[in-house]
Amino acid sequence: MSLIVVQVIVSGLLIGAVYALFASGLTLIWGMMNVINFAHGDFVMLAMYTAFMVWTVLGGGPAAAVPIAAVLLATLGVLSYFLLVRHIMKGPMLAQILGTFGLALLLRYSAFWYFGANFKTLPDTILGAPLVIGGIRIDAPRLVAGSVGLLVTLLLHLLLTRSALGSRMLAVAEDATAAQLMGIRPERMQAVAWALAAGSTGIAGALIATFFYTSPTVGETLAIVAFVTVAFGGFGSVPGALVAGLLIGVIEGLSAFFIGPVYKDVVVYLLFVLVLWTRPQGLMGKA
Amino acid sequence: MMHRRLMYGTVAALVLLYPVLLSSAPVYQRLGTLVLLAAIGASAWNLVGGYAGQVSVGHAVFFGTGAYAAIAVYTQFGLPPIVGVPVGALIAVVIAALIGVPTLRLSGHYFSMATIAVAELVRVLISNWEWVGGAQGLSGPAVSRTVLDLSFTSALPYYYIFLAVLAAVLLVTWRIERSRMGFYLRAIKDSERAARSLGVAAGRYKLYAYMLSAGFTAVGGSLYAVMFGFVDPESGFGILISVKMLIMAALGGSGLLFGPLIGALILVPLEEISNSLLGGKGAGLTFVVYGAIIVLIARFLPSGILALLPARRPPPKPKPLAAERAHAA
Repeated sequence: MSLIVVQVIVSGLLIGAVYALFASGLTLIWGMMNVINFAHGDFVMLAMYTAFMVWTVLGGGPAAAVPIAAVLLATLGVLSYFLLVRHIMKGPMLAQILGTFGLALLLRYSAFWYFGANFKTLPDTILGAPLVIGGIRIDAPRLVAGSVGLLVTLLLHLLLTRSALGSRMLAVAEDATAAQLMGIRPERMQAVAWALAAGSTGIAGALIATFFYTSPTVGETLAIVAFVTVAFGGFGSVPGALVAGLLIGVIEGLSAFFIGPVYKDVVVYLLFVLVLWTRPQGLMGKA
Repeated sequence: MMHRRLMYGTVAALVLLYPVLLSSAPVYQRLGTLVLLAAIGASAWNLVGGYAGQVSVGHAVFFGTGAYAAIAVYTQFGLPPIVGVPVGALIAVVIAALIGVPTLRLSGHYFSMATIAVAELVRVLISNWEWVGGAQGLSGPAVSRTVLDLSFTSALPYYYIFLAVLAAVLLVTWRIERSRMGFYLRAIKDSERAARSLGVAAGRYKLYAYMLSAGFTAVGGSLYAVMFGFVDPESGFGILISVKMLIMAALGGSGLLFGPLIGALILVPLEEISNSLLGGKGAGLTFVVYGAIIVLIARFLPSGILALLPARRPPPKPKPLAAERAHAA
């Protein structure tokens, strides 16, 4: 019994690390320019299909899919920024919501049209047999996804806090005009933010595809997970997203185990609503 | 002035006679009916999303409540689905009050996200609630038992029912637009803080608008269920239901009386035409086109189509309250 609970928690932490990674992309954009990307889940979905295509067309595993998805999604992020987001961010809020929601529909149903509604999965054994450590069984894809997810989230955090590029981005986030006077180009920094956010989302998507079903509408579910993670961790905070992602992975796992798999979404959505109602700045955010 | 009246009269006559003029083309009768149905939902959304500027992305909660109420009174109690219209509206207003109090305190994106979360939560709960058919949904009367079941093969009767309801929704909206409440809502939309500092009870008026909007949306949902005789979690509570209301209002012009109707007039035929042209394969492509149009609107026409028209005179100011008159004197 207790061993099973430990296994559930470990597996929850591993998936939580991937949640943390793609939520970091959402929170970065939110904190940097106060825009919510409602197409974020669909970015993850595209990365998952990328991993699927890399496997079926090129015969490559996650080692090939992860960099390809990162580059493709980073490109999509930069394009979205220059063609759409840059123009709508100063407009009314309704236009911002419409713009990214429209993008979400466009991506989601393009995938629906091209790939069909059927679920696609990569072979279970794509990364080898499950590991058994001290009686706990860990699937190899989850272990790899969790570790890489954790690593990339930490790298992203270091990049934002410890590098000159990160400081420039932070300056633009705080006051774009003042940053411009210091010789920083706000648009270039915001484009970099979109590239980083979408790129890390791409990595997360390619990782999650190794053990999650891929379908055109999977982005809807994952977007809500990302929203919950960001709401828990505080908007704009990568370390917050990391802690919240791990927490949500464990909460999901435990509620699926104790209450039933159907209700894991209910528990997570309920927590989301309660957090928004009581602490909209996030559990770990400053008031 | 004269030719403007003439124009309004012509439009009104065309709207009233539309199904009769096209009685040989049932497809177009049906199309007109669907436009009206969509316009009801979008106009209801407009009350809170347009006038008050509280962008709800969760109105499917109320639409689904209405739709399920209409079918549930039949499946559970054998009553005609139309009985579910007031029941659904009442439940929706109560739900709106319960959700509204904590949610309307949030501003901007936070409000939108909270409404999405609540709607998704309700959708998952409904999918697992066997009393309302779980994931399978509910079906209405298979054959019309009495005329009260409102189960017609022709779209013509629905056209006039929906037209009457839409007219009622627009009339209420028009009255509110010109009333004290309309001014309060627009003030809240422009700056809630400024409105509050001038003594507008912002929380209360937002809640009123939200509840009224919820009730009308539920009526729209009930009418949908009466016409189609079927509802499941996706067609009642799906996120696309919420998104469509928002998009139609935004395309036409949110916060404008006829904005949602204009949006419905453009988007519903577009959806139907691309569905029929592209056949079974078109289900996905329809929404690709939809998405592309929305992106283009957001990018190039963020205030909607009606914003292109020259500005009209603002509605007359309401009379001051008795207390204010006394104060002024």
